[in-house]
Amino acid sequence: MSADHHAAHPTGITRWLFTTNHKDIGTLYLVFAFIMAVIGGIMSLIIRSELWQPGLQLVDPHFFNQMTTVHALVMIFGFAMPAFVGLANWMIPMMIGAPDMALPRMNNWSFWILPFAATLLILGLFMPGGGPAGGWTLYPPLSVQGGIGTDFTLLSIHMLGMSSILGSINIIATILNMRAPGMTLMKMPMFAWTWLITAFLLIAAMPVLAGAITMLITDRHFGTHFFDAAGGGDPVLFQHVFWFFGHPEVYILVLPAFGVFSQIIPTFARKPLFGYASMVYATASIALLSFIVWAHHMYTVGMPMAGELFFMYATMLIAVPTGVKIFNWVSTMWRGSMTFETPMLWSIGGVFTFALGGFSGLMLAITPADFQYQDTYFVVAHFHYVIFGATIYGLFAAIYFWLPKWTGHLYNEALGKWHFWLTTIGFNLTFFPQHFLGLAGMPRRIPDYALQFTEFNQWSTVGAFFTITAQLIFFYIAIRAMKGGAKATDKVWEGADGLEWTLSSPPPYHSFAVAPNVK
Amino acid sequence: MFRKLIREFPGIVSRLILGLGLWLAAPAVFAEYALNFQKPVTPVAHKILELHNMILLICVIIFVIVFGVMFYSIFAHRKSRGYKPAKFHDNATLEVVWTVIPFLILVSMAIPSTATLLEMSDTSKSDLTVKITAYQWKWKYDYPDQDVSFFSTLSTPREQIGSPRFSADGFKSGADKNKEYLLEVDNPIVVPVGKKVRFLVTANDVIHSWWVPQLGVKKDAIPGFINEFWVRADETGTFRGQCAELCGKDHGFMPIVVSAVSPEDFTKWVAMQKDKTVAESAGGAKTWSKDELMEKGKKGYAATCAACHGPEGKGIPGVFPAIEGSKIATGPVEEHIKTVLHGRASGKFGAQMPSFAAQLSDTDVAAIVTFERNALGNKAGDVVQPSQAKALRK
Repeated sequence: MSADHHAAHPTGITRWLFTTNHKDIGTLYLVFAFIMAVIGGIMSLIIRSELWQPGLQLVDPHFFNQMTTVHALVMIFGFAMPAFVGLANWMIPMMIGAPDMALPRMNNWSFWILPFAATLLILGLFMPGGGPAGGWTLYPPLSVQGGIGTDFTLLSIHMLGMSSILGSINIIATILNMRAPGMTLMKMPMFAWTWLITAFLLIAAMPVLAGAITMLITDRHFGTHFFDAAGGGDPVLFQHVFWFFGHPEVYILVLPAFGVFSQIIPTFARKPLFGYASMVYATASIALLSFIVWAHHMYTVGMPMAGELFFMYATMLIAVPTGVKIFNWVSTMWRGSMTFETPMLWSIGGVFTFALGGFSGLMLAITPADFQYQDTYFVVAHFHYVIFGATIYGLFAAIYFWLPKWTGHLYNEALGKWHFWLTTIGFNLTFFPQHFLGLAGMPRRIPDYALQFTEFNQWSTVGAFFTITAQLIFFYIAIRAMKGGAKATDKVWEGADGLEWTLSSPPPYHSFAVAPNVK
Repeated sequence: MFRKLIREFPGIVSRLILGLGLWLAAPAVFAEYALNFQKPVTPVAHKILELHNMILLICVIIFVIVFGVMFYSIFAHRKSRGYKPAKFHDNATLEVVWTVIPFLILVSMAIPSTATLLEMSDTSKSDLTVKITAYQWKWKYDYPDQDVSFFSTLSTPREQIGSPRFSADGFKSGADKNKEYLLEVDNPIVVPVGKKVRFLVTANDVIHSWWVPQLGVKKDAIPGFINEFWVRADETGTFRGQCAELCGKDHGFMPIVVSAVSPEDFTKWVAMQKDKTVAESAGGAKTWSKDELMEKGKKGYAATCAACHGPEGKGIPGVFPAIEGSKIATGPVEEHIKTVLHGRASGKFGAQMPSFAAQLSDTDVAAIVTFERNALGNKAGDVVQPSQAKALRK
């Protein structure tokens, strides 16, 4: 390929529509993700507004159920997953010394499926009968009752799944084939390792979801009875198939974030990651174990005792490699020489918040106790702590860490710290009381509640508005940094280590056209 | 100096706010706000509470140790204090130790958990069997051996719930709420104290879940399948729970109320239920006046039909049809009665209307149909007698 052909830096709308450049595609994913985050965030405010006090003040129960359903789908499939694919696109080629992803054109398609999928998802809300209202978990027979809005959603999920699968194939092919000479797998940055493992999880799990929702589509429209007892089927079959996807899915959400923490903490501790090999093995163990624990989401369906016990033991077991990772992060910090810039705050805060979610997860794993927690706000608190703690804190950590590299400008550090602290206060105010609501007996997915749940619900609603408002600071910081600011060096951070920090800030449009040599 | 303050401000202020908040919240937290499970009244519920407390304690201890180390490190091992970074990055022994110790802790948790679970699964040698059927959005209780059967529906008046701004009926502020708002029913389920009661649970339409926290039980109600669990209430009292599986728009409005009474009172109650059934069929034989039917129908509509068709009969466009101006409510009477009795699946709406034959007596059907034809914006004029409903039950 001639140098002239590649030297031209495209501009305008066609640049973004037809780009095969991993940096541009990474940017597209991130911008898309944050648009979806705003939409999902608005839905969460509608939910928390209705839950401000007992009684129905704002929206009717059917619309409330649509909000809880679509909020989750948007946040998981529209925000969290695309954001991390965006990070993968931006950083993995640079981290491993590759010029781009293995399959650049497929990379473009992987992204451009998303806006169409998102449109379908949101459009469903405007269809007669409204959008899906059976929870993001879409259990039949309830989800069979939904109108055409549910069909829009099911097709949207198919498209979202396709995007993930294509993206994962690309990531695996890139990491396995395009590492610079000398970069063995056990010399790879942890972010690349966690994404490699996550990509395998995605390829294994997403087709299972596709199977489940296809059976739902045929039960709804083509006369099958997979989930209908009267026709010889079983509603619980859906739950098994869905959660066989669903459990690996939650590790898909957190493992890349763990990779981010594993790169940021050593940087700001000025000390190598403790136990690199253990971290790789622990991540792989978590991934493998994630396939044999799915029915802990189903302890109350009436499984045989042997099943309940097996899933309890397997689920408890996952705490071991997860604990190992937390101990390794703390050991990385121990006797380091730490500074607490914004990325480090988000990383430490993320480990702390995730660990709180891990503790409630251990409690939920205990089957007899779960009979009290299942389908209550205790579960809602748990998954927000783990997803927000790992995925979202990890995302912000990564963005603050790499924003100077991407833009060439230092972001406003004081404002970054404001964003971190206000989000942390707001998040905990929103979700910590929900543990108590669950223990006190408040079920999930209800728009109105008994009087004794009022006070903690009000704290939670205040927290939600506080947290969402604090995100405005982030948008300001990011947009400012894109436009200007103090110039960033190549290395940016004193303790930074890795091929990406040998490139300029911002890096050339095409980097590592010639592979570097890794010692 | 101002710039330095802005830089340090978030950290200092946040810590101040956190500290202040915790200090202010402390008395409130211990005084009014429930922090743990409701008081257990069965042996299983007691065991679950003990298990929960034990595991919570273990988690708190691990939390204090791990984050104690982390926060010490944050405090002591910082560049601003001049600390120089160490270079170590590996220790195989340590990795083994902090794999094995957590594993052993988990085993110690798994043993009592297994014991409790096995105890919960033994439904043999029960004194009484009750069958629970979940409906959208109410519960049906059958005592097959006592020949008792009834529905249990939310009895909180709709006026207390109010009507939301973005709804067919527009905003109506909720009236003052009863103490047991959303946790009260017309017909509670009654069980004898000290006896092992075996429950069979299923559903009529979608998945629901029967949950009463104080009894320590939650079991999914799955259409076409029967689940089983047992309860032995060790004290008399009223215990309240809610549906615990999203089942549609009124998932939050189908509570459970269990009344545990002495065995003598239970026998009396069974006899009373049998009398009620007899009285209902007697009412079906007489001729009712239009006013009587309208009054009974208004109550019946509010309790049974308003959940879907709306308190003013306006429905939800695209989801539930309106009664006002409906072809069925203003058309042939027979068709109307049949619809209430046997349900309807026109295909125009996502969900189909279930049959209400089991839930409503002939008198109820007659009253509701009369009400729907002469109120809610309709003026059909017909008066329906219980005998007409009885004739169309086949």
